[in-house]
Amino acid sequence: MSSAIITRRALLKTAAFGAAGASLGLGSLRSARAADLVVGIVYVGARDDFGWNQAHAVAIKALKEVPGVKVSEEENVPETDAVSKSMESMINLDGASLILATSFGYYKPFVLDLAKKYPKVEFRHAAPLWNKATDPMNAGSYFGYLNQAHYVDGVAAGLSTKSNKIGFVAAKPIAIVLSNINSVLLGARSVNPNATVQVIFTGDWSMPVREAEATNALVDAGCDVITCHVDGPKVVIQTAEKRGAKTCGHNANQGPLAPKGFITGAEYKWETIYKGYAADIKSGKPLPNFLAGGFDADYVRNSPFGAGCSPEGQKAALAAIEGLKKGKPIYVGPLKDNKTGKIVIDKTYANDDPFLNNMDYLLQGVVGSTT
Amino acid sequence: MSDAPVAQSFPGAAAPAAPMAVSSSRWRSDAEFVVIPILAIVASFLLFAVFLLAIGKSPVDFMALVWRGGFGTSFSIQNTLQRSSPLIMTALAVAIPARIGLIIIGGEGALVLGGFVAAVVAIPMTGVVPPMPALLVMAFAAMLTGGIWIGICGFLRYARGVNETIASLLLTYIGIAIMNFFVEGALRDLSDPNKPSTKPIGRDYMVGSIPGTSVHWGFLFGVLLCLGLYLLMSRTTFGFAARVTGGNFRAALAQGLPVGRLIVACCAIAGACAGLAGFFEVAAIQGRANASLAAGYGFTGILVAFLARQNPLMIPPVAIMFGGIVAAGGLIQRRMGLPDATVQVLEGLIFVVLLTSETLYGRFSIFKPKGR
Repeated sequence: MSSAIITRRALLKTAAFGAAGASLGLGSLRSARAADLVVGIVYVGARDDFGWNQAHAVAIKALKEVPGVKVSEEENVPETDAVSKSMESMINLDGASLILATSFGYYKPFVLDLAKKYPKVEFRHAAPLWNKATDPMNAGSYFGYLNQAHYVDGVAAGLSTKSNKIGFVAAKPIAIVLSNINSVLLGARSVNPNATVQVIFTGDWSMPVREAEATNALVDAGCDVITCHVDGPKVVIQTAEKRGAKTCGHNANQGPLAPKGFITGAEYKWETIYKGYAADIKSGKPLPNFLAGGFDADYVRNSPFGAGCSPEGQKAALAAIEGLKKGKPIYVGPLKDNKTGKIVIDKTYANDDPFLNNMDYLLQGVVGSTT
Repeated sequence: MSDAPVAQSFPGAAAPAAPMAVSSSRWRSDAEFVVIPILAIVASFLLFAVFLLAIGKSPVDFMALVWRGGFGTSFSIQNTLQRSSPLIMTALAVAIPARIGLIIIGGEGALVLGGFVAAVVAIPMTGVVPPMPALLVMAFAAMLTGGIWIGICGFLRYARGVNETIASLLLTYIGIAIMNFFVEGALRDLSDPNKPSTKPIGRDYMVGSIPGTSVHWGFLFGVLLCLGLYLLMSRTTFGFAARVTGGNFRAALAQGLPVGRLIVACCAIAGACAGLAGFFEVAAIQGRANASLAAGYGFTGILVAFLARQNPLMIPPVAIMFGGIVAAGGLIQRRMGLPDATVQVLEGLIFVVLLTSETLYGRFSIFKPKGR
């Protein structure tokens, strides 16, 4: 019995070595003709989800236009070993030398393990997680401060609302989401001191039925502008449009979904980063390990204004964008939380201050609770 | 090898030529269970080829990519085997209760809770208990949790007449909610503000790969589990009693079989298999418990079990076929520019055609034993 297992194991080993040899041979063949840079990108959802994945897919489409760059795309890859196998498959079968892993849960342990296994391949992950002290040098992070664009949404919404109530459909009460909610409030309050933001958490990233329910509940509660932070904002935007409420988008351009009520939306502009990587690799420069920025670095943008935006709102929003480009701070302290009234932001923080990454509170002016 | 008892049931089995004839006719009727599914799979690929032609893609390219992505290189084979390993265990979670006449589709919940409990019991043990006993405790805790979880469905079925299919499905959502509740609350690792997870169990406490491959040990355990459960269900009195109960519930009761205990036991075994899959997801892959555990393996396992005709021995090959199709799915997306849903269309076609092919059994005279 045990000898049979050993034989099988030995067989597997030999097979593995033989094939490794074969693939080495193939590898050299490939590099001989590989003048092209192959970029592999994995998405956690569908490329046309009107949200997070679409924002990346739009940028990849722009990257494809760059001569000498080939793209290998795979969608609906879950945050399990499936992603590590997909990335490995891109490296082994497609010859990818840069891997873009776009979902939060891909990083630990999958990207980290593969980066160690394939030291010649560059891995970049779309969340600020890379740690210089512990993580491999061929891995890295890129991220956009989308809360800046949400702040601009807040400005435009603050001058487009009549009820002074903005509704926010949020997935989970985690730091990135909380920062977006708080930024909408601060943006709205910067132009309309009476504005409030009412938030409902659905509990998960993609819960279309609950998102629709939450949208309806917010409209019923008197909110006349609805925005959100969920994976695919399509349901929220369409439901709000049907109810006659105005909307601000998230992640990608949802303008076409709401011809009557769309104000503007917070969008990533990943193509700035992707084209930068491709240019660096081509010119032989080392890739940056950590990229993060907002309007200042051209990593985020706002969707084109829709019919729902008031002229004053447009003007104020454009002015806000100019301010953010110059680094005007969003979190101007002291600011209190909405639960205990304690001061949670003691002073004014720069927009990229790491202090803001650990946000676990909603500011006074937000109606809703993180628990 | 099992000809002797069968042969005795035929008149004239003592005649020297008879055993040969019987074994060949048995071989003939067994062949039916191999030939029909293979024909069904071929038929579903042909149907899928029509679908591909309709959207202007080449079926030949498709098949070549399925081969290359799923089986054609050493990397592809390892990819396939690794992907098949949770499917083997979750398919067992469907196949074992099927033998006693129950349709359990809640393997996903048992997997998630099993993995969650494995990660939780690991936390106090890390750094205190050496890895090997710690892993055993984790695996045991996972199997126990899964066993209790699906065992509840069996108990409800027997004691209260609750439909086990619905109960197990609904318990899945409760199981996932329980994990999320703790992972996002009391047991959350606060060092990670953006992905709610339990504390990592640590490198030293993780299950490695089968030497010489990148496939984790879960695959081998899954195959061994299939063998063991096949023997349990077909070669023991327990298995016999379970099959009698599945065949005719009332007859089993009339015979004095402990029907209630048999049902709960089969369900508990099923849950333990799914729980073990959860253990391997945590201990070999994720290193901690979080929402990624609910990746749908429990549901794909249902498909695998049905395609394997609820036979534990058929589960590994079917799971490997599925693993291969899924593994190739990525390559197909990338090379042919097809959406991810294409592979799901193929899986769906295989499923429908195979279920339809069930009606073909017993219709071909070529499979009938001679002289009957």
